[in-house]
Amino acid sequence: MLLIHCPYCAEDRPEVEFTYGGEAHIARPLDPSTLTDVEWEGYLYLRKNTRGDHAERWRHMHGCARYFNAVRNTVTDRIEVTYKAGEARPPEHVAGDAA
Amino acid sequence: MRYSALSLLRNALSGHRSWPVAWRDAAPKPRYDAVIIGGGGHGVGAAYYLAKKYGITNVAVIEKGWIGGGNAGRNTTIIRSNYLYDESAHLYDHAVKLWDGLSQELNYNVMYSKRGVLMLAHNVHDIQSFKRHIHANRLNGVDNEWLTADECKAYCPPLDIAPNARHPVLGGALQRRGGTARHDSVVWGYARGAVAMGVDIIQNCAVTGIRRGPDGAVLGVDTEKGFIGAKKIGVSAAGNTSVVMDMAGLRFPLESYPLQALVSEPVKPIFPCVVMSNTVHAYISQSDKGELVIGAGTDQYVSYSQRGAMHILEHTLAAICEIFPIFTRMRMLRSWAGVVDVTPDRSPILGKTPVPGLYINCGWGTGGFKATPGAADLLAYTIAHDAPNAINAPFTLDRFRTGRFIDEAAAAAVAH
Repeated sequence: MLLIHCPYCAEDRPEVEFTYGGEAHIARPLDPSTLTDVEWEGYLYLRKNTRGDHAERWRHMHGCARYFNAVRNTVTDRIEVTYKAGEARPPEHVAGDAA
Repeated sequence: MRYSALSLLRNALSGHRSWPVAWRDAAPKPRYDAVIIGGGGHGVGAAYYLAKKYGITNVAVIEKGWIGGGNAGRNTTIIRSNYLYDESAHLYDHAVKLWDGLSQELNYNVMYSKRGVLMLAHNVHDIQSFKRHIHANRLNGVDNEWLTADECKAYCPPLDIAPNARHPVLGGALQRRGGTARHDSVVWGYARGAVAMGVDIIQNCAVTGIRRGPDGAVLGVDTEKGFIGAKKIGVSAAGNTSVVMDMAGLRFPLESYPLQALVSEPVKPIFPCVVMSNTVHAYISQSDKGELVIGAGTDQYVSYSQRGAMHILEHTLAAICEIFPIFTRMRMLRSWAGVVDVTPDRSPILGKTPVPGLYINCGWGTGGFKATPGAADLLAYTIAHDAPNAINAPFTLDRFRTGRFIDEAAAAAVAH
């Protein structure tokens, strides 16, 4: 079970308090009515599915209930860093994301 | 050599010291007519069918570990074809038909046992959903029948069908042709058949790149053992498909999750069939060695780690103990995880890709083992003809653009 640091509660809490929210930093289309099928496919379905450092969303469901982001290595499952929603991925944790 | 009662007797008399190796490991040649990336049951089987059905014998299977060491060796070996939609029923039943007779065809005992797969209904929604499945299956010629709770108990005596049980059994859907097979044997049997026809199996050789020519078509693969030329490349890499397709510059609608399973200490035969309880994520059968083989649901996060969290197993074992109270004092021996590639509609992708000469077999998610002979056969067909056949034609990559889903996730409301 993962031990996850919630950046809002500033606490390390067990994974069962959290739900997974998938890949992070996927921007919602600003003008959905103008999107092509190819763009919809990319937004809705295509994922990096990174083997390595992966930026992803978590929600502290049974705590503060807020979404935040984490960079986790998907080979070791080690969480490198967590940060608040809306913040950019920390530059020191960008390397290793090949996809 | 051909295995038979006579060969068994002859080798018994010589102390089992002169059995020939079933298949040989190969060093890569500089060029092949076709290369398969991924030495699981699907990949090795595809090489077998390429040689057997289409006479394409100059084929290499490239495996980064050892054959059958990925999901082929990590699943709970459940075989069934009772899927809701026509496309799925045809696809999975194609595989079940091939399972029947596979041991004879390969002259290798894959131990396919039609012991029946019983899916338990615990609530009104389950009853309605399963009966809809049964009717749809029968229209497609796929056997599936409704059992009352008492009939479930008669078919599987360890079941607790008490009305006040934590997960009450209100009935079940039984596919009698469903069952299990010996996972390793499937891979080894295909490998033996393929190698006998001239296929090279190259182990401990990870693919590091896919080379493409100026026209975009594939030229071959870079590997840990050097460049291997091939005009046709089939990818059957399960959880690592995204990594391989990234080498060809393609993004796929896949996410890879750990899927856990565990086995108990071996006991005498007690469990006559396969029982699935989708609602509470518990899948159980008994192997011929006597171990209870138990499958769980996926962990919630993307991972390539081949291990999962304890609370997933705890949840599954809690459900098993409630449904089968007789097992509460069984001890579990080992647990592990495989990495399964899941598509948004929980149906596989099996066909061509936008890259000429590159073919894909992926997205089987949590249910790829049952499809092994079918997926292998259809991947071989697609590679040989440069086009899918009628069975796998709907399972395109571009359905996530056109919206023509085969939405088995919504149909059953669980991962398969």
